[in-house]
Amino acid sequence: MIRLQEPPFDVGRELGSFGTGDIAVGAVASFVGYVRGAGAGAPPLIALTLEHYPGMTERQLASIEDEARTRWPVMDLLVIHRHGRLLPGEPIVLVAVSSAHRQAAFEACQFLMDWLKTKAPFWKLEETAAGAEWVAAKTSDDAAADRWKTAPR
Amino acid sequence: MKLRYFAWLRTRIGRGEETLDPPAEVASVGALVTWLATLGPGYAAALADPRVVRVAVNQDYVGADHPLRPGDEVALFPPVTGG
Repeated sequence: MIRLQEPPFDVGRELGSFGTGDIAVGAVASFVGYVRGAGAGAPPLIALTLEHYPGMTERQLASIEDEARTRWPVMDLLVIHRHGRLLPGEPIVLVAVSSAHRQAAFEACQFLMDWLKTKAPFWKLEETAAGAEWVAAKTSDDAAADRWKTAPR
Repeated sequence: MKLRYFAWLRTRIGRGEETLDPPAEVASVGALVTWLATLGPGYAAALADPRVVRVAVNQDYVGADHPLRPGDEVALFPPVTGG
């Protein structure tokens, strides 16, 4: 299931029920991304605004889910991604995958995050005391996504 | 043709969307980006480095040689930074 939403989500509540109710599930892997309020050498963050492309975002997230399900024996899958203005410490994104065994759950979870980072049309605007600035894309994110091109299953 | 702009392309161009009627010879995405850059200083600033401009036609990523058709929704934006 894919959810795109503005309000915060409760990580405990989302994960508490995920993967339950199916006795074939043997593993759940999850990742939660939070708004980082401080970094080495960076001014403290006041807020982070996530802009997105309504319509294309949903299409891309659905295709990323389809790709993960094609590559791994995923039983259930949850992606929650927020947009709008977020405060430091708040969750931005949650990915959870259930499978019979851990390797598929771990790999699919990492794959979903790597593809989200490089394909889903979101853009981060950081607000600090110095003003607002768009976050630049990282080549390390491209490299992380690229490794899945050479590791088809 | 419906154009949409996001993130710093939107702020440099000064609007999030508009409807434009490019000349007939603008038949591909690459030609469209080149043509848009001539429309004013905001467009020129936004599109100065085509390597950091991503393009989606009808909400799917495309390359510079992708052909354009009347009624397409064309979106221009920087490399994505979600997650």
